Amino acid sequence: MDWQPVWLTLKLAGLTTALLLLVGTPIAWWLARTTCRFKHAVSAIVALPIVLPPTVIGFYLLVFLGPHGPGGAITQWLGLGTLPFTFAGLVIASAVYSLPFVVQPIHNAFESVGKRPLEVAATLGAGPWDRFFSVAVPLARPGFISAMVLGFAHTVGEFGVVLMIGGNIPGETRVLSVAIYDHVETLEYGKAHILSACMLGFAFLVLLGLYLANGRIAGREGRA
Amino acid sequence: MTIDVQFRAQRGAFSLDVGLKLPARGVTALFGHSGSGKTTMLRAMAGLEHCAGSMLFGDEIWQDHAQGVFLTAEKRPIGYVFQEASLFGHLSVQDNLEFGFRRTPVSKRRVDMLETVEWLGLGDLLQRSPVNLSGGERQRVAIARALLTSPELLLMDEPLSALDGAAKAAIMPYLERLHAELSIPVVYVTHAVEEVSRLADHIVQLEAGRVVAEGPALSILSDLHRPAMAGEEPGAVIEASIREHDDAHHLSELVLPGGQVVLAPRLAADAGSPVRIRIPAREVSISLRVPEGTSILNILPGRILDHEEGDPGRVLVQLELEGKKGKSTRLLSRISRYSWDRLGLREGMVVQAQIKSMGLAHEG
Repeated sequence: MDWQPVWLTLKLAGLTTALLLLVGTPIAWWLARTTCRFKHAVSAIVALPIVLPPTVIGFYLLVFLGPHGPGGAITQWLGLGTLPFTFAGLVIASAVYSLPFVVQPIHNAFESVGKRPLEVAATLGAGPWDRFFSVAVPLARPGFISAMVLGFAHTVGEFGVVLMIGGNIPGETRVLSVAIYDHVETLEYGKAHILSACMLGFAFLVLLGLYLANGRIAGREGRA
Repeated sequence: MTIDVQFRAQRGAFSLDVGLKLPARGVTALFGHSGSGKTTMLRAMAGLEHCAGSMLFGDEIWQDHAQGVFLTAEKRPIGYVFQEASLFGHLSVQDNLEFGFRRTPVSKRRVDMLETVEWLGLGDLLQRSPVNLSGGERQRVAIARALLTSPELLLMDEPLSALDGAAKAAIMPYLERLHAELSIPVVYVTHAVEEVSRLADHIVQLEAGRVVAEGPALSILSDLHRPAMAGEEPGAVIEASIREHDDAHHLSELVLPGGQVVLAPRLAADAGSPVRIRIPAREVSISLRVPEGTSILNILPGRILDHEEGDPGRVLVQLELEGKKGKSTRLLSRISRYSWDRLGLREGMVVQAQIKSMGLAHEG
C-alpha cells in the first residue's frame, strides 16, 4: 500500500488544527465577550465555509493567492512565490475551510463559562492574561477538545478545496481523498477500497471518541 | 480613616447616586430591597463595575473620574465574596484557596493558610472538588479564598442568601467571629434584617439608588421613626454580655450596657462573651407598677422617651432603661392605642417594661 497520502493527510490536518487553534481562539474569545455591533457579521463570515460549496472557496482562494491576486502579490513580495499547488497553500486553504468547526465549539464553551469566574479571578488578583489562561481556557476545555477533533477530522475529509488549490502532486498535495479519487478514475478499485475503509474507520473512531469524551464530561458535571 | 465613595450610574430605568463616607473599621451593612442598587454599589467599590464618580480608600485613590484614575479589580486590595460561592470547578478546594494566595506578594501576606483552613473547618475538604461540596461548605471555601488574599477591605454580596435555613445558621457564627476578629473593614450587602442585626456596626440603607438612612447600627435599628427596616417587625438591638448560664432552667443571664440583668433562653456562646440581642417591639409590654405573680421573667423600670402612632389602633413606644454610669439602653414597645390612653401614658413617665424571655431570642 502507498502510505505517502496517509502521512501527508495527517501532516496537513495536524498543522491546520494547530494553526486554527492559534487563529480561532482569539476570534472565539472576541465573539463571546464583545458587544460590538459587527459581532453578528463576523459570526456569519466565520460560518460561511459550512454552507458554501468547497469549489467556491477553492476558486476564490485560487484567484486570491494566484500570481495576479492580492494574496499572491504579498507572498511574491515576501519572496515566497505563489502558494497554489504547494503544501503551504493547502494548509491555508484547509484552515479557511475548517475555521467554523474550530471557532464555534470554543465560542460556545467561552459563553457557557460566563463572566462570573473571570470576575472572581479578578478579585483574587489575576490580570486579564492570567484570567484567560488560568480560568477561561481550563473551564472551556471540553470546547477545545471538540474543536481540535472536529478541525482535524474535517480537514482529513476535505476534497473539493484540495483539488481546486492543491491539485494532485504526489508528496506535496496528493492527500487521501484525492488519492482515492485517482484510484477510482484509473479503475484501481482494490486500492480505493483499502483507503476508503481506512477513512471510514478513522471517521467512526474520531466521532465515537468525541461522544465518549463529551458524555464523560457531562456525567461528571451532572453529579454536581 | 474613612472610605469615601461617590458613585453615579444610569442603567436603563435604574439610576444610582450615592455619596458616603464609610467608617474604615467594623462591618458596614448595605441594606435594602432587591433593585435598590446595593449590589451595584458594592461592585463599583470592587472595580467590577465602572460607575462615574470617585472612591478613596483612606488616602489612596482607587477611582477618580476627574483625574481619569480607575484601578481594575485585580489592582485593588480587596476580598470579594459573591452571592453564589463561584468556586473554580476545574480546581480542587486547595487550589481554589491557593489561587488568590499565590497571587498575593509574599511581603503582603498577613493571613495564614493553615489558620484560615482550621478556622473555617476546611481541613477535610482540601482534596475534594468543589462540585461535591454542600452549599454551606462552598461558601466557607469562598470566604477563606477571599481572606487568603490578605485584603484591606472585605466586600460580601449577600453571602447567605443562596443557602437554606440550616446552612445559614451554621455559617452565621463564622461571620460573627469575622466581625469580632478581623481588623479590616467589611462591607456587607444584605436584605435580611436578621443579618444586619447580628453583624452590622454601621448601616447604610438604600432605596432606588439613593441613601435613605445611614448611621451606627444600634441607633438606626432601634430608631422609633424608622420602621423603615422595611416591612419588618420593629425591635431594638442591644449589645449585651453573657454573665452566666443556668443549665437547670436552660437560661442565660445577660448584662445590659447599663448593668441591668435579664434572662434569655440558653445561648451557645461562653459566659463572658458579648452577644447582640434583638427584642422585637411586640414582645415588650408596659405596666405602671411592678406586677406580682407574673410568669414574665424580665421586668425593668424605664422612662418613656417618645412615641409614634403607626398602624391604626397601635402605638410604638420608645423606652429608656437608665443604668449605671449614665449608660442607657433603649427599647421599643408596641402596645394598643387603647392601653396608651387607659394607662394615661405620656413622654417622661416612668413605667415597667415587661419583656417576655422568649423575646430575647438570638434571631429576633
